[in-house]
Amino acid sequence: MTSAVDTISDIREIEQFIYREARFADEHDYDSWEALWTDDALYWVPAGTSMADPLHQVSVIYDNRRRISTRLKQLRTGKRYAQSPPSHLRRTISNIEILESDTADCVVGANFVLFESKPRGLEMWAGRITYRLRRIDGDIKLAGKTVVLVNNAEALPTLGFLI
Amino acid sequence: MTRTKNSTATGSGVDYSRLIQPERVHGSLYTDPAIFADELERIWYGGWVFVGHTSEVPLPNDYVRKNIGPQDIIMTRDREGDVHLLVNRCAHRGNLVCDEPAGNSSSFRCPYHGWTYRNTGELLGYPFNQGYGGKGNLDLTLGIVPKIGIYKGFVFGSFNADVMPLEEHLGAAAGEIDRLARLSPAGEVELDAGWLKHRTRANWKLLAENETDGYHPQFVHGSIFSVTGSTIGPLYSENSTAVTRSLGNGHSENDLRPEFRKFGEPMRWFGTTEDRVPDYVAKMRELHGPDAEQILIEGGPHVMIFPNLFIAEIQVFNIQPISASECVQYSTAVQLKGAPELNKRMLSQSIGSVGPAGMLLADDTEMYERNQAGVAQLQPEWLDIRRGVQRETHDDNGFLIGGATDETAMRAFWRHYQSLMETK
Repeated sequence: MTSAVDTISDIREIEQFIYREARFADEHDYDSWEALWTDDALYWVPAGTSMADPLHQVSVIYDNRRRISTRLKQLRTGKRYAQSPPSHLRRTISNIEILESDTADCVVGANFVLFESKPRGLEMWAGRITYRLRRIDGDIKLAGKTVVLVNNAEALPTLGFLI
Repeated sequence: MTRTKNSTATGSGVDYSRLIQPERVHGSLYTDPAIFADELERIWYGGWVFVGHTSEVPLPNDYVRKNIGPQDIIMTRDREGDVHLLVNRCAHRGNLVCDEPAGNSSSFRCPYHGWTYRNTGELLGYPFNQGYGGKGNLDLTLGIVPKIGIYKGFVFGSFNADVMPLEEHLGAAAGEIDRLARLSPAGEVELDAGWLKHRTRANWKLLAENETDGYHPQFVHGSIFSVTGSTIGPLYSENSTAVTRSLGNGHSENDLRPEFRKFGEPMRWFGTTEDRVPDYVAKMRELHGPDAEQILIEGGPHVMIFPNLFIAEIQVFNIQPISASECVQYSTAVQLKGAPELNKRMLSQSIGSVGPAGMLLADDTEMYERNQAGVAQLQPEWLDIRRGVQRETHDDNGFLIGGATDETAMRAFWRHYQSLMETK
């Protein structure tokens, strides 16, 4: 059961949360980014073939809360060479829509474009993000983030940063 | 035989005996487009190349798009159940006949002028046939990879109709595929969990050499070993009893069994204990009796099969070059028929480890790409591969072995490579 005060329906509040999450990821602020997640988190970047069946097909990322923690611990060592030195990142999030808000979680869709600069070149990333948001103790938390890359059917370059 | 300039000359005229020496190889081997052209002719189109697995096309008329180097290949299963490797190119104007990455169809129809082919490559028909004097008048087919060889479901192809038999090419490496298959209670590997595709801006040989390089793990993967408390690191250390073995024909392995035997713990090779996978362990013991312990303790192989199949215990990699400076790593989780409990864990562990975001492979790939940038620098020109040369020996079966961190496998790779590149 969810009471009215627990629901998330203010699009401005949702946008502010999404922009903050994006900024933490862009700026490699791992502690702040990690604090956004709920305990039952799912951070998912499907491969071309795993959209329909992530439990039987390989995904690029399919992290539960524990694996999110492992991924961030590895980054914090400074010897996660795929991100050492870290990429320079900036992303723009747009087309934000509330897709479902009548359940305990609020599901929000958005599009994104991201530039990643490394000494060996500039990569462009783009796709569709679906956020699963939940209000806990007054704050919005991230229970799920699915990033469907436009080019996920093709060979992808190394994805070492938080997308 | 004394080498003369003529006997070592190849398509490009590159003198490989100068570039490949017993303890060092030249940087241009990784960057020179002329050498890449020779490799396509002699290795990727001249020898056996791993393409895919029969479990990717389980049903009659299933097909899936694959590669042999830069070639676009359709792996099909016909209605009789036979597997074919077709080249994705219409015999009329050269258009691609297949757009989909995978599917089920008994035929392929070229969208350009409607020519239709059976999934065996046979031309079924062409529209407005009076222009060719009627039906069935054209002696044309899709490109068909002339040689296909299947070992335990692993499909290999060769554009060279006169290539040696696959069994001869695999040699002792076939035993490593057997070792993987025997981990399945049904004796069968399935590679049906899809493939991650990792674009890598590096020469394919940097990958092939790295796969059985036991020197790098503690450095490149120290970050993930340290945060997960992994037991892998010590397997690749000066004190490890594991060996690096040349299996012939450029194949090599890191044989970790001596370390696992030392501990004698079932499933340690998989980083777990038997109580976490009780159904699997029970099934294996029921099937193999007293022999099960050895299988459960020793685990799967860590073998690089020349030029492009790497089996890393629970993952399989298919390396395909695009140019001298770019390749694609395809990786998937091993799935074992009859072992659902283990399959779930192998899939999850593989997703965490390999592919573009993998906590192991993204760091290897960073090294490949840094290396590619490095070898383009002019000095010191050579890459040193002498590590452990003074302590190499032969094992009881006559195979050359080195220490866990020695470059025995690289030297074996290059000897085989040189023999192929100098053959005329």
